[in-house]
Amino acid sequence: MNLAPASLPWLAAHEFRLAWRDALAMMTGGHRVRLVSWIIGGGTIYALMLVIAWFSVSPWTASGIIIDKQALVLISGMGLLFWAVTLSQALESVTRVYYGRSDLDLILSSPASSNRLFAVRAGAVFVTTATLGALLISPLVFALVVQDGPHWLSAFLVIAALAALSVAIAMAITRLLFRLTGPRRTRLIAQIVAGIVGAGFVIGIQAAAILSHQGFSRLAIFQSDTLISSAPDATSFLWLPARAALGEPLPALLLVGAALAILAATIAVIAPSYRHLATSAAGLNHIRSQRRASTGAFSITTQRQALRRKEFRLLQRDPWLLSQTLMQLLYLVPPALLLWVNYGSGAGDGSFVVIVPVLVMACGQLAGGLAWLAISGEDAHDLVATAPLTPGTILRAKVEAVLTVIGVVLAPLLLLMAFASWPMALITATCALIAAAAATAIQLWFRVTAKRSMFRRRQVASRAATLSEAFSSILWAATGALWAAGSVLAIGPAILALAVLGLARLMAPRHN
Amino acid sequence: MPAALAISGLAKSFDRPVVKSVDLTIRPGEFYALLGPNGAGKTTILRMVAGLLKPDAGAISIFGIDALADPVAAKQRMAWVSDEPMVYDRLTPLEYLDFVAGLWQVEPARARAAAHELVDWLGLRPHANELCGGFSKGMLQKVALAGALVHDPQLIILDEPLTGLDAGSARQVKDVLRQRTASGVTVIMTTHILEVAERMAERIGVIAEGRLIAEGTLAELRTRIGRETTLEEIFLDLVAEGTEQGQDAA
Repeated sequence: MNLAPASLPWLAAHEFRLAWRDALAMMTGGHRVRLVSWIIGGGTIYALMLVIAWFSVSPWTASGIIIDKQALVLISGMGLLFWAVTLSQALESVTRVYYGRSDLDLILSSPASSNRLFAVRAGAVFVTTATLGALLISPLVFALVVQDGPHWLSAFLVIAALAALSVAIAMAITRLLFRLTGPRRTRLIAQIVAGIVGAGFVIGIQAAAILSHQGFSRLAIFQSDTLISSAPDATSFLWLPARAALGEPLPALLLVGAALAILAATIAVIAPSYRHLATSAAGLNHIRSQRRASTGAFSITTQRQALRRKEFRLLQRDPWLLSQTLMQLLYLVPPALLLWVNYGSGAGDGSFVVIVPVLVMACGQLAGGLAWLAISGEDAHDLVATAPLTPGTILRAKVEAVLTVIGVVLAPLLLLMAFASWPMALITATCALIAAAAATAIQLWFRVTAKRSMFRRRQVASRAATLSEAFSSILWAATGALWAAGSVLAIGPAILALAVLGLARLMAPRHN
Repeated sequence: MPAALAISGLAKSFDRPVVKSVDLTIRPGEFYALLGPNGAGKTTILRMVAGLLKPDAGAISIFGIDALADPVAAKQRMAWVSDEPMVYDRLTPLEYLDFVAGLWQVEPARARAAAHELVDWLGLRPHANELCGGFSKGMLQKVALAGALVHDPQLIILDEPLTGLDAGSARQVKDVLRQRTASGVTVIMTTHILEVAERMAERIGVIAEGRLIAEGTLAELRTRIGRETTLEEIFLDLVAEGTEQGQDAA
C-alpha cells in the first residue's frame, strides 16, 4: 500500500515501524532465538495470571454479581488507583515526545507538518498506554467473560477511555508547564509531577487507611462504612465509569466516546505549539549551564575518592534519575508514617511485619538502578579504563558510591525505627544491606558498556538480570518479614534468594 | 633509554583476524603518525596499547614496562584520546580535570596549576564552570585533550583527534601537540587528514589489512615508491600494494 509521504498514516506507519523494531531489538538483543523464550515465558506468566484471575472472580460470580453502592465505591476506587498510575506513565511518555527523540531535528527541519507529527506521537502514547492497561486487566476480564457473559468486554472500553483521558491531561499539564516554567524546567517538574501522581494517590489512600487505623491495605478505605454511606446514590451519574467497568455497554460507549473526543480536541489545541516547544527543548542541549566552582576541587584524594565524588555528582545531576527513583522513594512514605503512628501509640511489633519488607524491597530496587548507572552507565568508559588503577579498584569505588546513597536514604528511617524497636531496626538494616548488595552484585555480573541515557532501557537489555534482581529483592524482603515475625521459616526465602544469586552468577556473561 | 613504545608480534582477531603480527618501535619524544584505510586495524592496535583490548598474541612495552604484565604502571605514563570525546555531560571542564587528576593521583597543587593552564591555553576559560553537556564537538575534544595532558603523560595516544574540529580548534590541538613533543613527550596519532601527518609527524607508519606495510620518514617513503610525490599519492600506492599482498596471502 502506497501512503502519501508525510501524511498522517505515513507518519504513523513510520512510528510503528520504529517502535516495532525497537521493541524487537530490546526483546531479542539481536538474537532471534530469544523471541521464542519470550513467547514461552510471557505465555506461561499470562496463563498463571489467568488461573489466578479465574479463582479470584469465581466466588463473586458464583454468588451472583450485585451492583450496589458498595460495589460501585470499590470499583471507582480501584479505577482511580489504576488511572493515577496510567496518568503518571502518560506524563512521562508525553515529556519524552518533547525531549527524548533524537530524530526531531531531522523531521522538524523537513517540510512535514509538525502538527501531524505531534498527533501521531500523541496517538502512539495513547495506544501504548491503552494496550498496556488492557493487557494488565485482560486475565480478569476474560475470566469474567467466561463465567458471567460477554458484556464484561466493555471493561476494555473503560481502559481505552482512561488512557485517552490520561494522555489528554498529561499533554495539557506538559503544555502548561512549558508556559509557566519554560523548557529548561518542564522536564524536571513533569517527572516530579509524574512521580507524585503515580505514587501519591496510592500513598494518600494508604496513608489515610493507616491514620484511621484501618491497616495497610490500599482498598481498605473504599470499604469503610463512612465512605459508602456518604457516597451518592447508586443511580447517580457519577457512577457512570464504574457501571461501564462493571459491564454495562451504554455507559462504556458514552465514556470512551467522550474521552476520545477530549483527546482529539486536546491534540488539536496543543499541536500548533509543538514545533516551537520541541525545538526549544532540543536547543537545551546547546545551552550551557553555569555551575559554581567546586570548593573541594584539586584537593588530596585517593583514586577511589575521586571515582566516588564523580559518581555522586553525576547521580545528583542526572535529568532522568528523579523519575526513575522518585516512585521508589515515595513508596517509603507509608511505612514511615506507619512507624510514626506506631511509635506514637506505642503499638507492638506486629506492623513491622509490613514495614520491614517494604523497606528491604525498596532498597534492593533502588540499589539495582543506581548500580546500573554507576557500573554500566559509564559515559567515559575508555577514560576510566585507561587510568592507572585496577578494574577491582574501579568496581569497589562504584559499589561504595551506590551503597553510600542507599545508606543516606535508609538511615533516617532506620533511626526512626530504632526509637520504636531497635531489634527491628537491626533486622531491617541487615536485610536491606543484603538486598542492596545482592542487587549491586547482579548488576556487576551483568554489566555492559552503555551510556547513562540508556538507563530507561536497562530492564529490557537483560531480562535475566532484571528478573534475578526482582526475585532477589522479593525474597530478601520475605526473609525480613518472616524474621521480623520471629519465624524460623525466614531461613526458607533466604536460601532461595541465595539460590537466585547463584543462578544469576551462572547465567551472567564472563568478563575477561 | 628504552623505547617509548615497543610492540612485537601483536595480533588480534574478532570474527576475522584484524591485527596480524605487528611489530613497531617508537622512540621517546617522537611524533609518529599511523595511517591506514578504514578497518585497517589502526584503532585496534592503539586500543591494545592503551589497555582497552587484550591482544591474542604479542608483547607491548611502554618505556620498558611490560604493559600486559603490569598495566597499571604502564597506564600511569600514558594518555589515550579517542575520536569520541570521553567527557561527562554533567561535569564542568574543571570538575572533569579534577576527576582525571584524581585518577592519575596528581599532586593537588600541580594538578590545579596544570588544569588552569590548560583551560586558558585551549580557550576554555569562559566555559570552565559550565556543564560539558552544552559544548560543541570541538570544545568537548579540547576538554578531553586537557584531560589527557593534565597528568603530564610521557606517551600520548590519539585516535583521530581532529575529526569534526573546525580550523581554529584543530590549530589549537596541533599547537598543543607540537609543544608537547618539543618538550620530549611521545605522540602517536592516527589520522585520515594526510596533510596533518605530512606536516607534523617525524615518522609515518602505514597499516593495511592488519599489517604494518611501510614505515619511515616522508623522504624514506618517497624513496620506497620511487617518485617525488605527495603523501596522499604515496599512501594510496602503498595501500593498494598492501591490499594486493594481503589478498594474495589469503
